[in-house]
Amino acid sequence: MTARILTVRDLAQIAIFAALIAALGLPGAVAIGAVAVPITFQTLGVMLAGAILGARKGFFAVLLFLALTAAGLPLFSGGRGGLVWFTTSPAAGYPYGWLLGVLVIGFLTSLLLPKYRFWPALGATILGGIVAIYLIGIPVTAINLGVPLWVAAADSLKFLPGDLIKVVVTVLVARQVHKAYPGLIPVRAGRRVQAGALTRSTPSDSTPSHSAP
Amino acid sequence: MIGFYFAGTSVVHRAPAILKLLLLSIGVVGVGLAREPWQLGAAALAVAALFVIARVPVGAVWQQVAPILWLLLIAVPLQALLAGWIVAAMMTGRLLVAVALAALFTLTTTVTAVLEAFRLILRPFERWIDGDRVGLLVALTIRCIPLVAEIVKDVLDARRARGAQGSLLALAVPVVVRSLYAADAIGESLVARGLDD
Amino acid sequence: MSRIVFDGVSHSFGERRVLADVDLVLSERRIGIIGANGSGKSTLARMINGLVAPDTGRVTVDDADVARKAKEIRRKVGFIFTNPDNQIVMPTVQEDVAFSLRRRGLAPAEIALRTAAALERFGLAAHAEHPAHRLSGGQKQLLALAAVLVGEPQIIVADEPTTLLDARNAREIAGLFREMTQQVIVVTHQLELLEDFDRVIVIDEGRVVADDAPSVALDAYRGLLA
Repeated sequence: MTARILTVRDLAQIAIFAALIAALGLPGAVAIGAVAVPITFQTLGVMLAGAILGARKGFFAVLLFLALTAAGLPLFSGGRGGLVWFTTSPAAGYPYGWLLGVLVIGFLTSLLLPKYRFWPALGATILGGIVAIYLIGIPVTAINLGVPLWVAAADSLKFLPGDLIKVVVTVLVARQVHKAYPGLIPVRAGRRVQAGALTRSTPSDSTPSHSAP
Repeated sequence: MIGFYFAGTSVVHRAPAILKLLLLSIGVVGVGLAREPWQLGAAALAVAALFVIARVPVGAVWQQVAPILWLLLIAVPLQALLAGWIVAAMMTGRLLVAVALAALFTLTTTVTAVLEAFRLILRPFERWIDGDRVGLLVALTIRCIPLVAEIVKDVLDARRARGAQGSLLALAVPVVVRSLYAADAIGESLVARGLDD
Repeated sequence: MSRIVFDGVSHSFGERRVLADVDLVLSERRIGIIGANGSGKSTLARMINGLVAPDTGRVTVDDADVARKAKEIRRKVGFIFTNPDNQIVMPTVQEDVAFSLRRRGLAPAEIALRTAAALERFGLAAHAEHPAHRLSGGQKQLLALAAVLVGEPQIIVADEPTTLLDARNAREIAGLFREMTQQVIVVTHQLELLEDFDRVIVIDEGRVVADDAPSVALDAYRGLLA
């Protein structure tokens, strides 16, 4: 997070997405009453951070959110927080999985842009948003609980339906956002097909009316 | 930044956060290595003693530990079937003692102190990580949480006013787009207020 | 008073031209800028402290090029935005005001002193420790003003500072602008705010169409709307 690699605008986007992940876990914001199958919208926030901000900014946004939660702010959904959720909880691997997941989604998305076709994007988001996250989450569950890997894997299946829904939502949202607001993720060199870099600021008059070119 | 902190003046409260972090990690590993019930019992007693010294109310502890129990709902019976009840009980015991220890840290350390400890840990990496910027990002994020929560609430209200049931998608797109506009405006404000490097 | 010069300034956002070859010299103490939405007046205001750099032409403040000396100029030119929610960048009221003083090489005690004085002046002292988002809309704009004025700028540029406020709060903010001793440049739709100003500039489709004493310029603007 040095001054050199992030602009002020990047900082603001990182903070806003870290805040968005937190807001998606606030009680009453978006509630789906499920206890046995814990659907949390925060992983949606993580996937969106990768698919919309890209690997670098998305990673910092997730890291920032996790650091605040680890420090003891009750920002995990259900008002949870503290080091427990990063160390001894059976689910302690998932936050680290988020960090890997956001990198994978961000990197693969930057390869897809400026065209963000549905099926490749879906594949990229599954790879980062499910495979990468479970890859770290499941073994940690097995270690922290002292159970065989396959038990932990079977246990994690309860998250799968919700996560698949979140992957689809992420792709559909990211598609619309990249259309309305191009230039969020730097397009990889060599694939630059007139990436309509957004005019640095600012809208005409009045409040948040942003004129996309 | 209140978090879960439960104010107190005990030695557990006053110990430097960085020392507590170190002891916590040693403790968690130690508990994980306990193989005999008496070892685990001793660890449980030691942690309980720390709670008594810190005078943290039982309710606050329960609030920290209870959510973990949900996660044991499937794994514990499975483990009991596979390896027997004694192994399952030891596993549950180790987990709960470790969780209680981590909870004690969170209950007796302010968020500010933990962030300061993180900063100390990052000190050797100063060449790559600008502590000032990290601090700014932390503050900015805490400022942005109510802002984004307000955006989410506005979008939900607008949807209700139109009587539209709409999908998760119809909700998520405006939330994300408005958040990005807010980020632009805040970026502009940061620049106007002197953060221009 | 400072001398702000726009020299052949043009600017476009994508296809849309927002300013077309504007030449202006601003040296009066209180200057109003009015125009329809999208007329280019907000862009004009943002150019004074370098938030928007002109595509062509030059903006200078006391002969210093804004594009080159943005850092120094932003200390001299305070900017007030329409929506105070986006101007507040720190969690608590006090921290937000203190943010404006960082990187000025001041001692922490000095920062605390100046922050407290600014909060006192704008009636926010009782809220110093409160989260900024809990303030009312009017209080948030007061906080935005406090946070800008604590830096002691010589020029204050405001982009529709009262548009999002209710009538009572708008009057209060307008009163505070009247009391300011600095050079003030206000973009607004609220014409009564400008009645005792020294000069009013009317912008339409990126061009200056009237530039005069308030009574004359406001009449020209009303004619434009008719």
